[in-house]
Amino acid sequence: MEKSLKIKMFTDMVRIRCFEDKVNELDRRGELPGFVHLYWGEEASGVGICSALNTDDYITSTHRGHGHMIAKGAVMTKMWAELFGKEAGYNKGKGGSMHIADSEIGFLGANGIVGAGLPLATGAALSAQYLDNGKVSVCMFGDGASLEATFYESMNIAAVFNLPVIFVCENNKYAEYSRTFPKLSSTEHVIDRARPFGFPCVQVDGTDVEAVRAAALEAVERARTGGGPTFIETLCYRWAPHCQGNRDDYRPEEEKAYEREHRDPIKLYTAKLLEAGVLNQEDIDRIWAAAIQEVEEAVQFAYDAPYPPLSSALEDVFA
Amino acid sequence: MKKLSYNLAIADGMREEMKRDETVIQIGLDLASYGDSQGQTIGLGDEFGPKRVMDFPISETSYTGIGIAAAAAGLRPLVCIQFCDWMTLASDQLVNQGAVMRYMYGGQYKFPVVIRGNCGGYISAAAQHSKMLEAWFAHIPGLKVVLPSTPWDAKGLIKAAIRDDNPVLFFEHKALMPDRGEVSEDPDYVIPLGKADIKRKGSDVTIVCYSYVVKLALEAAEILAKEGIDVEVVDLRTVKPLDTECILESVKKTGRALCLQETWLTCSIMSEVSALISEQAFEYLNTPVVRMGQLDVPYPFSPPLEKHVLPSTEKIVDAVRKMMSE
Repeated sequence: MEKSLKIKMFTDMVRIRCFEDKVNELDRRGELPGFVHLYWGEEASGVGICSALNTDDYITSTHRGHGHMIAKGAVMTKMWAELFGKEAGYNKGKGGSMHIADSEIGFLGANGIVGAGLPLATGAALSAQYLDNGKVSVCMFGDGASLEATFYESMNIAAVFNLPVIFVCENNKYAEYSRTFPKLSSTEHVIDRARPFGFPCVQVDGTDVEAVRAAALEAVERARTGGGPTFIETLCYRWAPHCQGNRDDYRPEEEKAYEREHRDPIKLYTAKLLEAGVLNQEDIDRIWAAAIQEVEEAVQFAYDAPYPPLSSALEDVFA
Repeated sequence: MKKLSYNLAIADGMREEMKRDETVIQIGLDLASYGDSQGQTIGLGDEFGPKRVMDFPISETSYTGIGIAAAAAGLRPLVCIQFCDWMTLASDQLVNQGAVMRYMYGGQYKFPVVIRGNCGGYISAAAQHSKMLEAWFAHIPGLKVVLPSTPWDAKGLIKAAIRDDNPVLFFEHKALMPDRGEVSEDPDYVIPLGKADIKRKGSDVTIVCYSYVVKLALEAAEILAKEGIDVEVVDLRTVKPLDTECILESVKKTGRALCLQETWLTCSIMSEVSALISEQAFEYLNTPVVRMGQLDVPYPFSPPLEKHVLPSTEKIVDAVRKMMSE
């Protein structure tokens, strides 16, 4: 893998972390309207997947979508403006964190309905196949969505029509207030419920960005060349509560501490890149500083930006 | 001009639009292999092939979402939910996705998708294959809702629905399927969405209605004409957006309104229409607004029971006579 690509992936993971650090800070200060869900700890999954995509490939996301969007190439100023409900936001302030979208980069939206993205990504794939435009479609979803009917319906449909879609389940092990397995799911791993559809399924360590990228590259190549769908399960861990402000006492503190200490995808990749001589400590410090500055500037932009005019509340219902 | 049955008028409209625009595709159950539930897609599978007339597995929520996203990604899908009762299965994709995504995303995408389904009773199909769900969807900003009552309208409206850049729900009444009538042969003839049609001109009482019961209103009007009562029949055709101008103009002229629909009155289209008349034409009314719809029970199976709970020509005639005697 090219050195520049490794640095880009590392940088994007750091940018996502810094973005979410700031979301957490502002949310705790009560400065963000609405609900926010942090991608902390899952950065390698989104960055690894999106590193294998073209700008115009489609992707659907979830309520936990900030990381996917940054990884796909969104600009932070417009993201922050959206999080504040400002006119300069991606959705002109009408969507917020849970619904952020960017048509310029094929981002079909974060989505507040668990499991709703599976049909949508499959539909974008149907369009790509019909128009023969070489695009692929990626559906990011979680272990919760794998328990929705759409998981089974859409995976079956993708198989039947051999669609260029990649289903990426970020299994972060926890539902809103419960451990997913064995309380809510009959299998610990979602891949065991994906295999029967007959297309290739793979499971990767969601803290290893290069492993995620390798799986994504293979899946994207398959989809682009008419080989049909792929299922990828990235094994992750959600550091934050389901939603900021939620109770988080349903899992042991030691478990959370262990994950942060030993399975932090950024720490792991830092060590790897240092060891391989791709980056030195000075480079790494510079990347963090630049990410923090990018976030600060974007937040300032969003603070300063005006709210939408009230007349805009009546616009964009219909095309 | 040619004559076609209601179901084939829909097929004819869809065929013309599929010829005109190759991004128009069909998604649904047995559309190619059977021709939809009542022949509305008959012949299209053979003519356009499996790439454009796609027989899907029975997965309503997913294939509705697939149609919605394919629309955002450059196609103009027609999604068929065989019986509209099953739109409940697809309601997340209709209500939380398709209806709101353009607004929620700040106008970044458009969603030119038609969701078709047969609707209505009068054929002993009981409580899970008879419903009229137009009021559910008319309630949601971001959806348009169309219910044609004649072959002419069915063809002109399906073409308009396909050309519209927004999600349109298109309800095809089962009891109207065999009805034959003239249809336009002009491939550019479309009926604009949101325009009502005066199916019969009259001066004494306005019957506002849509879908199958338009036929009953017209039958009732003939009977009443013999008694010297001159009925105007306003067929809404589109219930969202509502042609308020046409309704108000007619009621202001006649001074009496019978708001007629097939389905339940609670929170219904005719609740809306009667409120509109009360708010904006009250001083023109000679008698209070009357509403007629299904009794507030699920569709019964047994033919006499179904007949008992649904509007009929006789019930309409009685209601108008009563209004005229007040």
